[in-house]
Amino acid sequence: MIKFILRRILETVPVLLCVAAMTFFMCRLAPGGPFDDDKQVTAEVREQLNKQFNLDKPLHVQFYQYLINLPNLQSFKYPSRTVGDIISQKFPVSAKLGFLAMCIALGIGIMFGVIASLRPNSYIDYIPSSLAMIGICLPTFVMGPILIYIFSLKLKWLPATGWGGFDGDIFFASDMILPSLTLGLFYAAYISRLTRGGMLDILTQDYIRTAKAKGASAPRVLMKHALRGGLLPVISFMGPAVAGLIAGSFVIETIFNIPGLGQDFVKSAFNRDYTLVLGVVMFYATLIIVLNLIVDILQVTLNPKLKFES
Amino acid sequence: MITRVSIALMSLILAGCSSEEKKSISSKELKILKITVGAEPEDIDPHVVTGVPEHHIIAALTEGLVAEDPVDLHPVPGVAEKWEVSEDGKVYTFQIRENAKWSNGDTLTANDFAESFKRILTPALASKYAYMLFVMKGAEDYSTGKLKDFSKVGVKAINDRTLQINLNAPTPYFLSLLNHYTWFPVHIATVKKYNGLTKRGSGWTKPENFVSNGPFTLKSWKLGRKLVVEKSSTYWDSKSTKLDEIHFFSIELETTQENAFRAGQLHNIYNLHIDKVATYKKEHADELRIKPHLASYFYRFNVNKKPCDDVRIRKALTMAIDRESLVKNVTKGEQMASTFFTPPGVAGYTARARFKEDVGEAQKLLAEAGYPNGEGFPSLELLYNTTEGHRIIAEAIQQMWKKNLNINITLQNQEWKVYLDRQREMDYQISRAGWTGDYPDPNTFLDMWTSWSQQNQTGWADPKYDALIRKAAITKDPNARLEVFQEAEEILMDQLPIIPIYIYTRVYALHPAVKNWHANVLDHHPWKHIDLDLSLLKK
Repeated sequence: MIKFILRRILETVPVLLCVAAMTFFMCRLAPGGPFDDDKQVTAEVREQLNKQFNLDKPLHVQFYQYLINLPNLQSFKYPSRTVGDIISQKFPVSAKLGFLAMCIALGIGIMFGVIASLRPNSYIDYIPSSLAMIGICLPTFVMGPILIYIFSLKLKWLPATGWGGFDGDIFFASDMILPSLTLGLFYAAYISRLTRGGMLDILTQDYIRTAKAKGASAPRVLMKHALRGGLLPVISFMGPAVAGLIAGSFVIETIFNIPGLGQDFVKSAFNRDYTLVLGVVMFYATLIIVLNLIVDILQVTLNPKLKFES
Repeated sequence: MITRVSIALMSLILAGCSSEEKKSISSKELKILKITVGAEPEDIDPHVVTGVPEHHIIAALTEGLVAEDPVDLHPVPGVAEKWEVSEDGKVYTFQIRENAKWSNGDTLTANDFAESFKRILTPALASKYAYMLFVMKGAEDYSTGKLKDFSKVGVKAINDRTLQINLNAPTPYFLSLLNHYTWFPVHIATVKKYNGLTKRGSGWTKPENFVSNGPFTLKSWKLGRKLVVEKSSTYWDSKSTKLDEIHFFSIELETTQENAFRAGQLHNIYNLHIDKVATYKKEHADELRIKPHLASYFYRFNVNKKPCDDVRIRKALTMAIDRESLVKNVTKGEQMASTFFTPPGVAGYTARARFKEDVGEAQKLLAEAGYPNGEGFPSLELLYNTTEGHRIIAEAIQQMWKKNLNINITLQNQEWKVYLDRQREMDYQISRAGWTGDYPDPNTFLDMWTSWSQQNQTGWADPKYDALIRKAAITKDPNARLEVFQEAEEILMDQLPIIPIYIYTRVYALHPAVKNWHANVLDHHPWKHIDLDLSLLKK
């Protein structure tokens, strides 16, 4: 297993290098630059700006500088912040939102999925399944405003925007509920479909019949035998999903005005903030690779048919 | 198991609410204004920023030689308690008040201003807005590197409390100009300490390092969240400051601003979405504000490219737009349809030059140019940056040209930076644009069409026009000067390198508890005068 992990880690180096090179050069090929503004500046000012931000050096030199020193480089758009500053301040927010959403998604998704799979094609299947279908069809930018309308504007139970309450430092604040719920419900819908499918497949397997024949109680069959195999599709889905969840959601962060990393993925590209684009992309790429590795390990642990031989 | 964990988490979250509410109740005694000015501020260094959100924040933190009257913005004493103007209008001598202090307790001296002007003009800093100081003698040469010796620039600290500024020409709007943040002082010792004299983003603007001289000081600045300023005790006029704190939230999305406002989390909506205006007029008239803004919405022609190199075609296109219908049915924000470029009433100037909207005349001109009834009209593309608001205007105009002139144009939307790049490279035929005045004077709208201006970007140049703008700069008599601008705008409206469309309005909402907030064309609101009626907040 250690050999497997080491090999996977070694494999990531060229992948990350490729991602970095593609991001860097694609950014540079895009028209416009970080200093373009609706007020045009003179050629002299532009030249000085390029000098200040090392844009006057040859591209390969810049690329090398970016690679070795990325976290300490200034953002072009927010010059008083470094790439490391921005990611380290914003990622914890996105990660917390993602974590809360994931808890909701897994909790509701697995519960609904299992319930639906117990009596397929009966009303206790139809109700959770159609709820899940609605969840998938309703995008977060529709669900978010609906929840805000009901819980913030009409009932006045929860804040409409923000993160971390009055001064932004509260560990769990009421303003975290709506965004986590919006994001979580969307994923819950997927997870419940996947769980239902996985469970239906497993429940007809021989070993489940054996377990039942052995006299194991129904909850024990469900929790110990069926769920372990039934959740495999969910686990392979969770790898990239978790990366996406904790790296931030542009839509949720914009609707609820949450200072997470998701907005920077989109905005840094629009701003031609060369350093920040590379920073967030590399960060996300690493995250995905690590989570996929974890998922692979988990799958082998849960599925006796798989072994650590790639 | 997992469900149990999530239930436990939810209850933890709910438990967190109560402590949060307690906190906000205890802070009710303080007057805290919670507003948004749109996007996250890029920085708060007055010498490097260019944006509007930054302006609002810097205006709370820093004060220049003069300040603004809260009602009509006329210059009132700021750091300078009084000033004298020489006979020829070119030399201003400011008397700095004795009790002007920095937030760290240092005394603010005339030399601080001279050093600050030097910093913004330093070529290596590459301040995009340094040109705002070019009315000062030698400033332009110093900033372009032609002049190395700063003592030759027209600013001199005669003693600690006397500052003399020499101008190139009598500049009637000079005192208003001083209210632009480029003229604000920075605490040079702090800037130097963090190596920021020739570099942006050096760390001197971090809350723990920042030193300023305005009615408020920087308390905290959380990225993407909010920037908090608190009442300064060292400010010379701190007894006039009414608010204890201002929280500037960075919220870009209009609907999010509105949700926060409706839920009582914010005291303003910086930009009210156009679809909401009708509802607010009906249900929240006491909160809705629609005020003229010192900004012009227009299209640029590329006069070097066919077919818009022909002035008859430019005229025909300009005349064949029904602007009244456009602002009434499309933009819906009570904008003023404009058949001129400079917003009216700026420093006593209302453009005399106006073209007529006349479809018959437009058709005649088009025929004269060789395209009777639009036949054989070459392909024409209108470039705009991707935004819903610009799209619907472009579509309406496309339709009007089709109906009135029988010509087809294509619409091309591009992402912001691509659009800017194409406009700068003159890679367009017609391009959407907007211009917000930097100071209340026609000069800020008319000098951009000179042949040397970076903002021109139409390829249009007229020696007579250039000469008039030069003449206005040295004309001392205010009325004669405005007359020169009238002549210049007449040329502009005759040659039409641009299509004026409308004068912007600011459409926003403000909580009735916010007091002393006066609408004005610059949308400046001197923060020390703003007050909050706490009794109105509670309802």
